[in-house]
Amino acid sequence: MDSAAQAFTVEKAHVWRGDRHVLKGVSLELHSRELMHVSGPNGAGKTTLLRVACGLLRPEQGRVSWCGRPIGSIRAEFQGALAYAAHEPALKGDLTALENLRYMIGLKRRHTRAELEAALERTGVGSCAHLPVRVLSAGQRRRAVMARVLATRAALWVLDEPFTNLDAAGSALVSGLLAEHLERGGMALVVAHHELPVAGSIRRLDLQA
Amino acid sequence: MSAAPIERRDLCDLQGPPLAAASGVLGAMGLIIQRELRLSFRRPEQLLQPLVFFLIVTTLFPLGLSLQLSLLRDMAPGVLWVAALLSSLLSLDSLFKSDADDGTLDQLALSGQSLTAIVIAKTAAHWLLSGAALVLVSPLVAIALGIPGPVFPVMLLSLALGTLTLSWLGAIGAGLTVGLKRGNVLLSLIVLPLAMPLLIFGAGATDRAISGISSAGALYFLGSLCILTSTLAPFAAAAALRITLE
Amino acid sequence: MWTWFYRLASPPYVYRTAASLIPWLMTAAALTIGYGLIDGLVFAPPDYQQGDAFRIIYVHAPSAWMSLFSYSLMAVAGAIGLIWRIKIGHAVAAATAPIGASFTLLALVTGSLWGRPMWGTYWAWDPRLTSELILLFLYVGVMSLRAAFEDPARGDRAAALLAIVGVVNVPIIHFSVVWWNSLHQGATIAKIGKPSMPGSMLWPLLSMLFGFMCFFGAVLCMRLRGEVLNRERQAAWVRGVVK
Repeated sequence: MDSAAQAFTVEKAHVWRGDRHVLKGVSLELHSRELMHVSGPNGAGKTTLLRVACGLLRPEQGRVSWCGRPIGSIRAEFQGALAYAAHEPALKGDLTALENLRYMIGLKRRHTRAELEAALERTGVGSCAHLPVRVLSAGQRRRAVMARVLATRAALWVLDEPFTNLDAAGSALVSGLLAEHLERGGMALVVAHHELPVAGSIRRLDLQA
Repeated sequence: MSAAPIERRDLCDLQGPPLAAASGVLGAMGLIIQRELRLSFRRPEQLLQPLVFFLIVTTLFPLGLSLQLSLLRDMAPGVLWVAALLSSLLSLDSLFKSDADDGTLDQLALSGQSLTAIVIAKTAAHWLLSGAALVLVSPLVAIALGIPGPVFPVMLLSLALGTLTLSWLGAIGAGLTVGLKRGNVLLSLIVLPLAMPLLIFGAGATDRAISGISSAGALYFLGSLCILTSTLAPFAAAAALRITLE
Repeated sequence: MWTWFYRLASPPYVYRTAASLIPWLMTAAALTIGYGLIDGLVFAPPDYQQGDAFRIIYVHAPSAWMSLFSYSLMAVAGAIGLIWRIKIGHAVAAATAPIGASFTLLALVTGSLWGRPMWGTYWAWDPRLTSELILLFLYVGVMSLRAAFEDPARGDRAAALLAIVGVVNVPIIHFSVVWWNSLHQGATIAKIGKPSMPGSMLWPLLSMLFGFMCFFGAVLCMRLRGEVLNRERQAAWVRGVVK
């Protein structure tokens, strides 16, 4: 089932923020069932790299491709295959967890309420599904974000420090989800400060400041 | 729960059928409008604040000027319009701000839907909550300022068209300034000069109606401004958001 | 031909070429403005309606024209930077903005001085002057927006988008102000318009306009060199120049 074509590539991306050369010709390549662990000191450009990978930030030089095509030309298809979780949980505090998922997944594809509830259940916040997100703890919000990532059924997961605010059980959950995702044929680009206890093929990308 | 399968059988089979149907544009826009309305009704005080501001500003003019009703009536269309402009601007700041602050704007940009469609939906919802509300409250203000009853249809129509156009212009300004420190001041600085034609035609239409002259010309200009802005502004606002998101 | 175009977008080329253009433009400006002022202020006959007051047109009309021209140039340069991502476009837009704003201010001041003998007051909401005032607000908006961004690249792009939106609005604003003025001002207020122009009045005016264009070009080249140096300060060629 592995496709011969490189599934996701970033080629020599350069990004400047004012005078700072944040990304200096970074390249990476990801295939099905692979996880790339991006590490580096603060300010090395890890979040910038993830935003470039998602297409939110256009690099001044360099290219991002999905299945051999530049992501700018296949925007809708690429975004359908992508799930991005930023460092801050992107949830509306006044909506319930279930409503948050509904309004985000609903923009991408048709879904059923049961699917969303099952995703929340899987990540351990099923009981919080009908609570407004602002009353949830930081750990619960992080789990709700993972539920959203799961519910998108995306092939490429781009996660910025997914283990933040999680206890041991939560970290084990995220590792488990990543392992399952890889097993199903997905791929993941993950920024994390510590080693990833995930079974599967892990590649490493170290960014220097 | 058994793990859900990846979206496509073969990862790079871009032509193959997806496992679930994608959302259509209109459905997505409806969903966004629903989201905006639901969020706003959970914070009703934020809906009322611009309206109260509208009433306060209108009160400032008689207090500051004169109680001579005839004089007030002459100035009424202008006062009404300036107050409407300023209170609309106040609420425009929040068009994208909360989404930008909590990161959901990124998710909207990555939803697979066109950013232009998202901007149209958000702006339409915003107008329903602020501009339309203003139009509904305006008869009260008009009575207080001495605008005669028969003029109301023209006044309401001009305000409806004007606040809608202002929402579109404000979307561009909000897209450019969201995330900037003191962005709301800059927003007003940017949007107000662009909104001056609106003020001229809108207040002019009401003024002419009060004088008994036909206001059709002014209303037509206002209408064409509204159409022009409605068609062009969403693209500009989406472009502005893309600049902000980087 | 394309090589010329690529060279035009290359910062070191622009830096050197602008330097060589400045003396020519300044000389042309000095000559034509000098001629225009002397001929217009001294030799041209007084207008039968406005007397000697109309002579300020020799500064006012070219300033107003330049203010509009600069805004359009700023918008076009910004568009080039925004759409085709050619960075020199943003440099030109950033360099033009304050020059255009200054011309607008000059037009307002001279227009106001012109109005004094005609209206008896320095400001009477004449449609042309009101349009110029709104144009000044547009300039200030673009300049403030550019300055508000910490990342100058994003600031350039945001300012370019605003300039494009503004340039579409300028004719709309002007038209609406003229309409507004026709409603509210009676015919008793004389508009500061061009009096009907015999040749003896026209030549100095055209000369002044040409002179202002050359002056604009010269100042633009000066500012552009500064902008280019600032933007490219990390590049090797800049270090060579500054040393």
